[in-house]
Parts: sequence; structure tokens; C-alpha cells
Amino acid sequence: MHEVGIAASILESVEAEVRRRPGTHVEAVGVRIGELSNVDKDALAFAFEALTRNTPLEDLRLEVEWCPRRQKCLDCSQQFVVQELDLHCPACGTDKTSCIGGTELDVAYLELEEPCAKS
Amino acid sequence: MREVVEKKVLSENDRLAAELRQRYRDENILCVNIISSPGSGKTAMLEQTLASYPKNTSLAVLTGDLQTDNDARRLARYGFPVRQIVTGGTCHLDARMVTRHLDEMEFRGPGILFVENVGNLVCPSSYDLGEAAKIVLLSVTEGEDKPLKYPGIFHRASLMLLTKTDLLPHVEFNPQLALENARKIHPEIEFIALSSRTREGFPEWLNWLRGLQQKVQMEAAAAIS
Repeated sequence: MHEVGIAASILESVEAEVRRRPGTHVEAVGVRIGELSNVDKDALAFAFEALTRNTPLEDLRLEVEWCPRRQKCLDCSQQFVVQELDLHCPACGTDKTSCIGGTELDVAYLELEEPCAKS
Repeated sequence: MREVVEKKVLSENDRLAAELRQRYRDENILCVNIISSPGSGKTAMLEQTLASYPKNTSLAVLTGDLQTDNDARRLARYGFPVRQIVTGGTCHLDARMVTRHLDEMEFRGPGILFVENVGNLVCPSSYDLGEAAKIVLLSVTEGEDKPLKYPGIFHRASLMLLTKTDLLPHVEFNPQLALENARKIHPEIEFIALSSRTREGFPEWLNWLRGLQQKVQMEAAAAIS
């Protein structure tokens, strides 16, 4: 249950971005979470909501992109999403494949409200 | 308006871990991060490991727990520097905790730093501690399917230690099946079966450590030249 710590780190990133551009309203933060990252989406959403409640970031939306494990074939370069733990290349059948995705734990983007023109 | 950020959620931990990695390289320290469920035998394995080395060897242990310094007291009996990291409820060690406790410790390389993580197969796998290798323990009193249930750590670990093998005659546990499951997640994971009571497997484990130490030293030497 380290999702509270993960949520706090995500919010720190958002707050750092807000400090860099005062007056900006952040509507959403987009994160990528890999299947092998050991972060539970629902626990993260719960922690995120709990940490933002009654704060200036109360309305902030968390947008999660779930990333399955992906492998690349070392023989034929085919890239594929792993289904049912099968690491064999679906194109040529070899088991010589290496992991190229699924460990993501990234802050990808922020959705910012367009700042109003100063009058 | 979308603003691309593209940074690791744990970038601050990663930055501190990179500093630790550099420090280990500069001081010629092999650091291994030892991870398992509670009760898989991390501390017993470390006790027997420490007992295997002459007293003048340069070794140290950082051991993490939510509460108590029981493990540090057990490990301190072997005469090497040991520090307990009490996390006060946090379910994993992070690079900041390791840095702080390492700073307070009388330990200089060349040598081996064993970091015994908090007993937990989930959270510790997310936090880089600057180690050369993560080592995952699975005891024969657990299920053979644990690698499938906790793929994150088995994917990241270089070595799987099957512990408590002296109990194999008394439990229904198939070591080959456990290894097959681990290799479904991580085909290259290395495997050693050992018992901290009979010391079966310890020569192989100590040999594995020696090999990794040599590899790390060669990489450090290559980086300098």
C-alpha cells in the first residue's frame, strides 16, 4: 500500500508546475502506470482523492493510462503486448524477447486551463 | 491546453538513488537490495552470510522494519556495522532513508553493503536504492505461484533465493515449479536454493556474490580508464 506515497509524489510534480507558472489552473494530470509497476489503479485513485480533498487541488482530475507489458523480439524485431504471461514472439516463435514496456510510472502531462488575458 | 511533463513519478527518489550508485562506484561498494515477504528468512540468511566472512572483511548491513530494532540486534552479533532503519509504518525503504543512515555509519569500501528491505513483495520493488542487484527470497513454506502473483519484483530481481530448503521433506512445495513460474516473468532470473539452518546452498550464494562484486569492480575500473 504505497499508493499514498505515489499520489503524493504526483501532486508534488503538479505543485512544482503550478509554482513555475503562477495563476495557472491545472484541470488534470495524466500518468502512465505499467502492469509491472506494482501500483494499483484503484488504490491510487482513492489516495489521490483523499490527498486533494479540501485543498486548492480538490478539482484536479487524475487521468491514468494503463500500460500492459510489452516485449520486443530480439530475432525479428516484432513488438507485442504480452498475453497470459507468454513471452514468445507471436511472429517467429522464438523465446528471445526483451521487455520494452510495462514498468512505467510516469507523470506524462498536465491539462491547463487557458489563462485569461490580463485586462 | 496540454502541457507535456514526461517525468518519472519517483524522479526525486531516482535522483538520490543515482547519487548513491555513484557513491558506491567511487568507494568500490557492492550494494544488494534484499526483498521478500515477511518471514521468508531474510534476517536468518543474512546472519549465516555474515558468519561466513572473516571478521576483518568490509561488510555492513542496513535493515529496514516498520518497528523495533530486533533485526539489527540479531545481525550486530557478527561484529560488522549494522544499522536499523525504523520506517515508522512506511512499507518500503527509499533512497533518502538509505543515504541518511549510510552517512551515520562507519563504513568505507571496498566492501559489501547488504540492504534488508521491509518485508513486503510489492512496494519495495518501486524504489531504486542505487543497488547493483535486487535479490528476491521465496521460502518453501510459501506458494510456488508467488512469482505470478507478484510479477513486479520477480521481473526486477537478478537472483531468486529459495530459502528454508531443509523443510522440503515436510511441505508440499515443488522448487522446479516455483522456478518455472519465476522464469515465466523473468526468463534470465538466476536461482539458488539454500537453507540457513543446514547451510546447504551457501557456497553457491557466496560465490554468486563474489562474482557480482568482481563484475561491479571491473565496470568501475572500466569507467575510470
